[in-house]
Amino acid sequence: MSYRGRAKQFLESQNISIGDMISIKKETVKYRGMLLDRAEDADQLHIVLKMDSGYNVGIAIDGAEVELIDKGEKPEINLPPLDIQRDPEKKDVSIISTGGTVASVIDYKTGAVHPAFTADDLLRATPELLDEANISGKAIMNILSENMKPEFWVQAAQSVADEISGGADGVVVAHGTDTMHYTAAALSFILETPVPIVLTGAQRSSDRPSSDAFLNLMSSVAIAKSDIAEVTVCMHSTENDNQAHIHRGTRVRKMHTSRRDTFNSINSPPLARVKEGKVKIIDKNFHYHKRGECQLEVNDSLEEKVGFIKSYPGITTELLDYHIDKGYKGLLIEGTGLGHCPDHLIPSLQRAADEKIPVVMTSQCLYGRTNLNVYSTGRKLLTAGVIPAGDMLPEVAYVKLVWALGQTSQREEVKKIMQTNLKGEINEKSSSKYFLRDYGE
Amino acid sequence: MDYDKLGLMMGLEIHQQLNTTKKLFCPCECELTDKKPKYRVLRYLRPTQSELGKIDRAAFEESRRELTFLYDAYPHHTCLVETDDEPPHPLNQEALEIGLIIATLLDMQVVDEFHTMRKQVIDGSNTGGFQRTGLLAIQGHMETPYGKVTIENLCLEEDAARRMGQRKGKVEFRLDRLGIPLLEITTDPSMKRPEQVREVAYQIGQVLRSTKVKRGLGTIRQDLNISIREGARVEVKGVQDLDSMEQLVKNEVLRQLKLLEIKDELQKRDAQVEDKIHDLGEQLKDTESKIIHKAIKTGGKVLAIKLKGYRGLIGKEVQPGRRFGTELAGYAKKMGVAGIFHTDELPAYGITSLEVEIINQFLEIGEEDAFILVADEKDKARNALEEVQRRAEMAMEGVPEETRKALDDANTEYLRPLPTASRMYVETDIPTQVVSKELLGYVQANLPELPKEKEARIIDGYNLSEDLAHQLVRQNRVEQFEEIVAECGVEPTTVASLLAYTLKELRREGLDVENLSDSLKGTFKLLKQGKISKDAVSEVLVGVLKENWTPEEAAGNLNLLMLSEENVSTIIVEIVSANENLITERKMGAMGSLMGMAMKELKGKADGKLVNKLLKEEIQKYLQ
Repeated sequence: MSYRGRAKQFLESQNISIGDMISIKKETVKYRGMLLDRAEDADQLHIVLKMDSGYNVGIAIDGAEVELIDKGEKPEINLPPLDIQRDPEKKDVSIISTGGTVASVIDYKTGAVHPAFTADDLLRATPELLDEANISGKAIMNILSENMKPEFWVQAAQSVADEISGGADGVVVAHGTDTMHYTAAALSFILETPVPIVLTGAQRSSDRPSSDAFLNLMSSVAIAKSDIAEVTVCMHSTENDNQAHIHRGTRVRKMHTSRRDTFNSINSPPLARVKEGKVKIIDKNFHYHKRGECQLEVNDSLEEKVGFIKSYPGITTELLDYHIDKGYKGLLIEGTGLGHCPDHLIPSLQRAADEKIPVVMTSQCLYGRTNLNVYSTGRKLLTAGVIPAGDMLPEVAYVKLVWALGQTSQREEVKKIMQTNLKGEINEKSSSKYFLRDYGE
Repeated sequence: MDYDKLGLMMGLEIHQQLNTTKKLFCPCECELTDKKPKYRVLRYLRPTQSELGKIDRAAFEESRRELTFLYDAYPHHTCLVETDDEPPHPLNQEALEIGLIIATLLDMQVVDEFHTMRKQVIDGSNTGGFQRTGLLAIQGHMETPYGKVTIENLCLEEDAARRMGQRKGKVEFRLDRLGIPLLEITTDPSMKRPEQVREVAYQIGQVLRSTKVKRGLGTIRQDLNISIREGARVEVKGVQDLDSMEQLVKNEVLRQLKLLEIKDELQKRDAQVEDKIHDLGEQLKDTESKIIHKAIKTGGKVLAIKLKGYRGLIGKEVQPGRRFGTELAGYAKKMGVAGIFHTDELPAYGITSLEVEIINQFLEIGEEDAFILVADEKDKARNALEEVQRRAEMAMEGVPEETRKALDDANTEYLRPLPTASRMYVETDIPTQVVSKELLGYVQANLPELPKEKEARIIDGYNLSEDLAHQLVRQNRVEQFEEIVAECGVEPTTVASLLAYTLKELRREGLDVENLSDSLKGTFKLLKQGKISKDAVSEVLVGVLKENWTPEEAAGNLNLLMLSEENVSTIIVEIVSANENLITERKMGAMGSLMGMAMKELKGKADGKLVNKLLKEEIQKYLQ
């Protein structure tokens, strides 16, 4: 149990444990209910009781007399395993769960939302998935996506590859939304895939009736069955619960802290829309890889020691020097405007170049592309060896640099990889269509 | 009806909106709007398990209806919290304080630590699929002439979205009301008399009115729990006015008694609900019943079930104008069908006696057996009949526990099963909050004046009649009254009577009297200065409201300014000389008639006492 200090002593001295029916008498009031556990970060002066009405209350142990009514068993969500028959008429879709809001449940112990869902739980909550495909589920890790690391990308990529070589017609990866676009980019570079790989998640946890998980999962399975054999992200396209967008894994970004339509394609339209289970390609001119076009391939060596630095008016050279001193193998800069940083950083950038550390320049504008020829600072940066990343998103360029440095340690080779479009992450042409703003004018 | 013998028990649940500046979990204002919504959000809701792994039966049933919800939203009036696109902001402390004040006034025990819960409600009235609510205090008491009543719980919770209508499986809500702080006050189910419930509701109302609560239609809602000994607990939602409550209780008790009679009869007949659902499309393909014909034509089905031993009971009246069949139909309608046909009302509705005979034969309906027919889309019709079967089964057990809706005619209709405790789980987005001794101490030291206390104080302090004082308190005008009296120095009864009665009349004439505040003082100042008479006050106010004049302008334009004593005197001299004959004849006895004439001419422009005095003097002068 999570009770600590005085509350723990108080309960232990009375031989009371979680799940017991107890009554608590205080000077003027008497409570009766079941003892619940308490959040780990809460104080140690109160205990939590679930009353018959279903309400929880916290009761200060100060001056409280407790009496055991009934020794209870600690309640647990204990459901039988699923027994699902395979339907040969249907496609086989694997769902890999990495944790996050889409695959989370209220933790009975702490009362917090926790990524504690197994793939079975996912199916139990969304049995409709089984109408669409033969679903096999696997929980490969159980972490909130802010805790993701490059090594987990590799783990996820290998699991996806195992599913594909095991015969899956498509793979859905349930993932926390915070860093989903990093993982999507990583899987894009690591894997050559003959089948769709779809990342999905939820902005409202699946323990609430209004969760966006249902539409996101259903739409993801539709994409996993489609011919779009790329790494994509599938999430709500509006605040409504009736359609989702499919974004290319190297073009997508989380753009809102909480809305369900948080994911947007940047500098590109989404690949497709899913409505009522039907997939519709949004822009017919948009080339995408079709099912079976390439063989499964895994290139999973990464270089984790890559720095990600944002330029800002008060930035000093120390930040750059620190990374160089600490032996970072590559630096990704999120520059201002067309791809700039203050020119007092140039000596440090030159130093990085001298030490053969590739420095890649992106723009914090997100929309548009870098161009270091327009202003003198830009040209000085080029002279100092900075590699412009075109219209690549900063997060995607960071992931790509991690991957590129895993493929080669040659600076020139890295530069070539960074500036070559591999997975749709770079586009030479900018369209006026791809810049959105809506002030309701 | 002998309520004691029947073991009638009632409990009251009162929901009161609070008048806070912000909503309970977001910074939106607590006002409704009739503006056209700027955009609409479409959502679905699915039931979830509680932290103990159970699904609430009310939520489960609601989910079978597969409804689409549309929410009216606004760029400024509502925000992302109401559309469930942003986590809730921290608990509104103003609302918490009001809750603590009420808890203290109701003599309740405040919890040490407030936990916000999610109460699962998936009828769409909450965008999250749950109402946020927390238990703030327990175990209060209230004395009534009929005995002591326990106030079990005081909860602080958020109001639901406003239901605007329903079209073809799409339910429309407006988000303006969602999130307005509410207090839910629940008594124990110990009340045995409708009068006692009224008394408790009145007393709680008085306590609520002493604090910052909303007033007006829809800002307070009452639910009633009713059961009789052999019956079951039924929660009646939306009891609008307490005057009709007695009839409502009577009708509900009657319903439970009738359901018990039906149960006895069903058991005697060894009744049985057959599982099978039959398709009667073939038998009724040429029917003249418009409903059935239309259903078949549009690709739907005519389905039927057999209820063995139910004949005659389905048509039995359980409430004035409502039959047991209406109860069955209530369950069916929840699945989206318009209604059911049953044996006890057929032939009718275009279904001929021949067709009834055909159905009877096809379903092998015996003398005591009944059938129920539904015509609609296949899934809807099937779900509806399954619900009827479920309800018919319950009839053999007696009265089901239900949430019902109060109807205008004091009857009730089925809404949903009573929710269970399984629908409650913790709201993980709101940290728990310790109710500190300091905060509680502050609240207890600054309690507002209760209406009863206020009434007594102004009767004493201003020498008002009980009736006037009561009216001022009821209409929430005591503060205004005290301010005007203090500032204008007018006689308190005059001010009180204007506020309590005259304004009410003006409002009845369609004038917006709530916008008067400064003009009221201006008008009373004119009265104090002797520029207008008491009688002219109301007319001046009409001028202010209708023409947008200042009180001075109104008095001038309407010719209501008082005449000087000299001018009054001139007019009186004129009246006396015009009526010399009358005076000669009646002497001082002419006073009455002449006073009438004078007042008619001087009405509102001279003080009656002055007129009286001058007239008397003038007549005496003439007689001498």
